[in-house]
Amino acid sequence: MAASQAMFAGRFLWPQYEASQTANIRRKKIDKNGAMGSLGESGMISKEFLTDVSWNRKDLTCIEDLSLREINEVFALADIFKTSLKEDGSKLPYLKGKTVVNLFFEPSTRTRTAFEMAAHKLGADVISVAAASSSSVKGETFKDTAKNIEALMSDMIIVRHSSSGAAKYLAERLRIPVINAGDGAHAHPTQALLDTFTMRERFGGDFKGKKVTILGDILFSRVARSNIHALNKLGASVTLAGPSTLVPLDFEKMGVKVCYDLAEAIRDADVVMLLRIQHERQSDTHFPSISEYANVFGLSRQREGLLKENAIIMHPGPINRGVELDSYLADSGRSVILNQVTNGVAVRMAVMKLCMDAALRGK
Amino acid sequence: MKEFIVKNARVIDPSQDIDEIRSVMVAGGRFVESVSDKAEVIDASGKILAPGLVDMHVHLREPGQTAKESIATGTAAAAAGGFTSVMAMPNTTPPVDSPATYRLVSEIIAETANVKVYQSAAITEGRKGEKLAPLGSLKKLGVRAITDDGSCIQNVDIMRNAMIYAKMFGLFVMDHCQENTLTKSGQMHEGEWSARLGLGGWPSAAEDIIVSRDIILAHYTQSHIHLQHISSALSVDIIRAAKKRGISVSAEATPHHLAFTDEALKDYDSNYKMCPPLRTRADADALAEGVIDGTIEVIATDHAPHTSTEKDMPFDQTPFGITGFETAFSVCHEILVRSGKITMPKLIRLMSTRPAELLNINAGTLKPGTPADFVLIDEDAEYVYSHPVSRSENSPWLNKKLKARVVETYLDGKRIFKAE
Repeated sequence: MAASQAMFAGRFLWPQYEASQTANIRRKKIDKNGAMGSLGESGMISKEFLTDVSWNRKDLTCIEDLSLREINEVFALADIFKTSLKEDGSKLPYLKGKTVVNLFFEPSTRTRTAFEMAAHKLGADVISVAAASSSSVKGETFKDTAKNIEALMSDMIIVRHSSSGAAKYLAERLRIPVINAGDGAHAHPTQALLDTFTMRERFGGDFKGKKVTILGDILFSRVARSNIHALNKLGASVTLAGPSTLVPLDFEKMGVKVCYDLAEAIRDADVVMLLRIQHERQSDTHFPSISEYANVFGLSRQREGLLKENAIIMHPGPINRGVELDSYLADSGRSVILNQVTNGVAVRMAVMKLCMDAALRGK
Repeated sequence: MKEFIVKNARVIDPSQDIDEIRSVMVAGGRFVESVSDKAEVIDASGKILAPGLVDMHVHLREPGQTAKESIATGTAAAAAGGFTSVMAMPNTTPPVDSPATYRLVSEIIAETANVKVYQSAAITEGRKGEKLAPLGSLKKLGVRAITDDGSCIQNVDIMRNAMIYAKMFGLFVMDHCQENTLTKSGQMHEGEWSARLGLGGWPSAAEDIIVSRDIILAHYTQSHIHLQHISSALSVDIIRAAKKRGISVSAEATPHHLAFTDEALKDYDSNYKMCPPLRTRADADALAEGVIDGTIEVIATDHAPHTSTEKDMPFDQTPFGITGFETAFSVCHEILVRSGKITMPKLIRLMSTRPAELLNINAGTLKPGTPADFVLIDEDAEYVYSHPVSRSENSPWLNKKLKARVVETYLDGKRIFKAE
C-alpha cells in the first residue's frame, strides 16, 4: 500500500511531465466517497497530489502570474477529472456544500455553461447572474455588486467583464476565490489552459519545438494574450498573424513572432488557432470588409494544402463559418474545436478545486 | 503694518539672478528694501527662501464638482505644496465660458480661496470646439488665459480664428493637444504595455499632430501658443525646432510625466491614469531633456482631483487625472535637482518665475514692491505623504516617502501653511 502510494505520487513530479504517464493516470479512478487524499486499491487522487501542490492562489486572474509548475498541476488534475467524467459522469464531492456564483457582465454561452457544468460536477451549487438582471443597471458599482454576492455567503465568483483588469480588481477586494472568465481584451486564463491542455493531448505533453500560429484579431483578443503567456511558459514558439491593424508589432515584445504573410505563418505550424473576427467592432477602420478578410486571411479549403499533415485547427468560438474558417475544415479531422469545449469542463474543474483548496488553506 | 525680516536663508530668486544667503524683508504684505528696528526676526537658517510657486494648470472643480474638490480645499492643498498663485482650468460644471459663470467663480474665489486664483476661460462655448466663447467680454472681466483643457478643438479653422481673435485682446492661449479620432478608445499610452494589458491605446501621435498643428497656426497667425502637459518625445523635438525658428511657443510638463512610464499601469492602478497618459522611458527622458535645455519652460501639476469612488472602479470606467499640488515640489526636486539634472534656481524658475512671466502676473519674484508670496524649503526633509489636504487622494504618491519639501508658505506676508 505504502509502496503503491509512493509510486503514484511519483508520477506527479512536476514540472517534468511525461506523455506516457497520461495513460497510467487514466486508468485510475477518483474516490467518489469523498475523503480527499484517501487512496484505495484502484487509485484515487493521491494524498501527495493534494497536499504537495505548489498552487497557493485563491484566484486565477491571468496566466502571467502562473508558474510552469502551476500550469502542469492544472493539467494533471484536469487529466484525472477528464477520465472521471468520461468513465462515470456522476458528481465528485470536492466542492460539495459550496456555492459558486457566475457573474457575467458580457454575453457568453460556452464559457458560462462550462463553468456551470464544472461546478456541478464538483458538487457545488451554482447561481448565474447576468448583468442585465443585476443591480448594475440601477447604477450599483461593480465592487458593490460583487461585495453583496460575497455577503450572501457565496464561496467563489466566476467573473466576466468588459473592462481589462476587472477580475484582478475584484480578486483584490474579495476574500473568496475569483476566477476570471474573461476581462476585456486582457485575459481569459481558463481558455488558454484548456487550449494548451488540448494541444498537450496531441503533442504528448512536450511543447518544445512546437509552433503555434494564432491567426486573426489579436489586438482585441483576450484569448490570444492568455495563450501567448501560456505557450511561452510551456516552451512552444508562437507566431501571430492577421491584418497589421489588428496585429501590431508591439506584441513582439511579448516574446512572439508577428507575421503578415498567411502562407508563411501557417506553413510549418503544428497548431493553427483561429480567432473570430468581431465585425461588429473592427470593420469600421481596421480592415476593408469581411470578404476582403476572408480572401486574405481566411483559412480556406484551398489553403489547407499549406498545412503540415498533422497540423490541428483550433478556435475558441464562436466560429464565423466561411469568414476566418472554412466550414468543411471546421468539421474535418484536423479540427479539435469540440475537444476544446469538452476539455473546458475538466480544466475548469481543476482550476476551481485548486483555487478553493488554496482559499480554505488560507483561512 | 506688520513688518518682519527673514534671516539666514539661502535666498533664490531667478527673476533677479539671486542665489545667496541673505535677508528678505516684508512690510505691509510686500517685499521691501528695509524695515524698522521693530520688525520681527525670523531665523530661516538651513532653509531655502524662494518666491511662492506658481501653477498654471490646475483643476479646482468648483462650481459643480465639489465632491472632488472645491476652491477652498484645492487652494489649501496648493498652499501646502508651496503654491501661492494658481490658474484654474475652466472645465467645471457648468464650464467657465461666459461672463455669468466667470462672475460666479470670481465670487467664490473672493470668498473662499486660500491662495491667488486666476480663473481661465474656455475658448469655445461649452468647450465643444464649435463656436468661440465671448472672449472679449471675458477679457473685460479680468480673464488672462483661455483653454478648452480636457478637450481639444479639432476644427483647424476654429482654432485658427481663436488664436487670431484672442491675440486682439492679448489673451494667453493654451491648448490641450489631443487628436480625438486617434484616442477614441484610449485608456493609456499605445505601445507594449497597452498591448500586454489589453487597454485601448492613446498614441503619442495624437499629441504630436496637434502640437504640430498649433505651432503651424502660431506661425501662420503670428501669435503665441502655450502647449499644455506635453508628454511625447517627438512633441519636445517639434517644439524645440519651432523655437529655434523663432515661432512663439511655450510648453509645460507635469511632475508625473517626468517621474513615471507606462509600465506603472501594469497592475491597473487608476492613480497612474491621466490624460495625456504616461508614456515610455524614452518619452520621459526626452521631457527631462526639454526641461534641461529650456524647450519646456514650465512645470505645472495638472492637479486633477477625483473621488475615491470614481477612481475605485474597473480601470476603463475610472476618470483621467491625479492630484499634484502637495507632492509636486518633492517629486521634481528628487528627479531633477537631486539627480543633478538641474539646479535649484532652475527648478524655481520652472515652478514659479517662468509661469508668472508667461501669465503676466505679479508673482514668481522677490523684487521689492511685489506681494510677499514666498516659501521656505527644507531640502533635507523626509516625510510620508499620507493625509492629503486636498479633498481627494488620487495620487500615486499617497503613503509614499518623499524628500525635500516646502515647510512654510507665505501669502502677502502672512504665513498660510506650516508643515507639521
